[in-house]
Amino acid sequence: MKLQRNGRSKALAIGAMALVGSLSLAACGSDDNADPKASGAPSAAAIACGKAGQLLGAGSTAQGNAIDTWKVAFGNACAGSTITYSGGGSGAGVQQFNQGKVAFAGSDSALKEADVTASKEICKTGQGINLPLVAGLISVIYNVDGVDNLVLDGPAIAGIFDSKIVKWNDPAIAKLNPTAKLPDAEIQAVHRSDDSGTTENLTKYLEKTSGGAWPYKASKTWAGKGGQSAAQSAGVSAQVKQVPNSISYAELSFAQTNNLKSAAIATGASKPVEATAANAAATFAKAKIAGTGSDLALTLDYATKEEGSYPLVLVTYEIVCDKGNKAETLDTLKSFLTYAVSDAGQQAIGTKGYVPLPKELSEKVKTAVTALA
Amino acid sequence: MTSSPPVASGGRARRGRSDSRRGDSIFFNLSRGSGVLLLVIMAAIAGFLTYRSFLSFGHNEGNFFTTFEWLPDAPVPTFGIAVLVFGTIASSIIAMVIAVPVAVGVALFISHYAPRRIAQPFAYLVDLLAAVPSIVYGLWGALFLVPHMSGLTSWMDEYLGWTYIFDSTKTGAAPRSLFTVGIVLAIMILPIITAVSREVFKQAPRMHEEAALALGATRWEMIRTAVLPFGRPGVISASMLGLGRALGETIAVATVLSSSPVLSLHLMDPGGGTFAQNIALRFGEAGENGRNALMASGLVLFVITLLVNGAARMIIARRKEYSGAN
Repeated sequence: MKLQRNGRSKALAIGAMALVGSLSLAACGSDDNADPKASGAPSAAAIACGKAGQLLGAGSTAQGNAIDTWKVAFGNACAGSTITYSGGGSGAGVQQFNQGKVAFAGSDSALKEADVTASKEICKTGQGINLPLVAGLISVIYNVDGVDNLVLDGPAIAGIFDSKIVKWNDPAIAKLNPTAKLPDAEIQAVHRSDDSGTTENLTKYLEKTSGGAWPYKASKTWAGKGGQSAAQSAGVSAQVKQVPNSISYAELSFAQTNNLKSAAIATGASKPVEATAANAAATFAKAKIAGTGSDLALTLDYATKEEGSYPLVLVTYEIVCDKGNKAETLDTLKSFLTYAVSDAGQQAIGTKGYVPLPKELSEKVKTAVTALA
Repeated sequence: MTSSPPVASGGRARRGRSDSRRGDSIFFNLSRGSGVLLLVIMAAIAGFLTYRSFLSFGHNEGNFFTTFEWLPDAPVPTFGIAVLVFGTIASSIIAMVIAVPVAVGVALFISHYAPRRIAQPFAYLVDLLAAVPSIVYGLWGALFLVPHMSGLTSWMDEYLGWTYIFDSTKTGAAPRSLFTVGIVLAIMILPIITAVSREVFKQAPRMHEEAALALGATRWEMIRTAVLPFGRPGVISASMLGLGRALGETIAVATVLSSSPVLSLHLMDPGGGTFAQNIALRFGEAGENGRNALMASGLVLFVITLLVNGAARMIIARRKEYSGAN
């Protein structure tokens, strides 16, 4: 409820009152179905529905909550249109997309060369492109009694998760936290036991910033030595909550809902950067576009030293055909994605622990969505 | 007059016979069809798994049987089942060691000790345990059992640490170990072993039991001499059913175990992995080679399960003469 109200007040400020109002009503399970006109009519102004249709999507679980949020708002505004998204993981999503089973795939990483080649068969005249739509950040969550404002940097995080730093009062940590009372206790580092985009982004960050302390290649599969593991972000968050002196990493929303403390990152800026959506948005604003044409795959600057730029960010993509989308779903696809990238759509997921895309980037995505054929 | 009744009755009999023949042939074909279908399904599964496995074997820089890591989608794909074989078998053995004696005890209590009024609802309760979804066992294991295992773990570490396998080397870590997984699995396979054993014990010939009692045997001696030998093949097949479930259990293991590509005989330390758990956790994000590699591990589990069931069949066949069932 609290989150919902926050969302409403923020959204009011940007002027999409009717839509988000109906959104939070819907999410509260209220009776807005009883009077469809009241909520439907104003929402229609914010969501251009297009032809009614059924849209299938599959893929990343990291963006599952975002899609769910959009799906409810979109379904309320556009009678007859339904979005079905099954979160079986990015790999499974891309596979289904390339088999032509779904209109769009959600993926934690941009399409690989081989996937793009494979997508040409389904897209006929075009090929698969990456549209960054759901951005987030990774919190380094920890549970240490008496330590509230932990500061870590790339080498320290790498050392902790590779079992080279095993005690909380290790000099490497103490140096970054001169005032904190660090206990003489073993660090219980928890990583993901399943393959995940979160792990991939964390290890990409470590690869760039640990100065060799992370000797492995960035990958979805955990490569570090030692430590414990748990399945899914929910699993690692539960472990951190349960086990004293533990540390792990998860998307911001899990840190928020579990009331876990997030470490600030010493990036080389004048002061350590807190894990907040605003600080992450600053990093996204500086992201370079690696894709060509309407492909908007991003290159994130994990080694950023900008003031107030949180480096541990992740972006997930919707993968669609730039040309050659199926005629019967194209209209619904375009209107759904147009809503998703709109201010209203981005603010709506901002209340769920995601990071709304900065203006400049969302404009580019909008252009790409409009050009879909 | 004299000839007509036999004709009539003969006609009825014939009609009856042809009816029953048609019924016979329908039933024969149905049951044969089911049998054939089962074989076809098994062959299809084996064929599919084998085909996909061989696709992945070409893209493996490690040894499939001795490599610890599972990195089939890495630039240099290396994956192996060593950790998974060990974890699967170790956790299942722990589960069997705990579950079989308890299940036999519960079954004997229900069939021979408890008053009928209690036995009935009690049996029902045990059956209910089988109806609990495995994710519930998993969550219970991860959120309740694991925090409460710390005491037992440190006790065993202190007094049984010399056995090496019960020695905890990771201080302060939550005991999300193969041992804890074994306990959760034991609870999960308890109902199936109990239910089958109970039915077998109930079949023990009444005459044997009464004869034993008449010769002056106590109730325990009667059970030992008349019931247990009779029920042994049944208990073995029940255990194998349970073992099958333990070997293949997926989501409960994935929730409880802290998996890692480490093969350690310290069963109380977090680490290790099982086939089904590995497949469940890796499938969603797996690429092409990753999926094929997981299929290959599935094939190995399939073969292990076949071997286990085959071994159980052999044990039962060898002990047939003692069973009293023939």
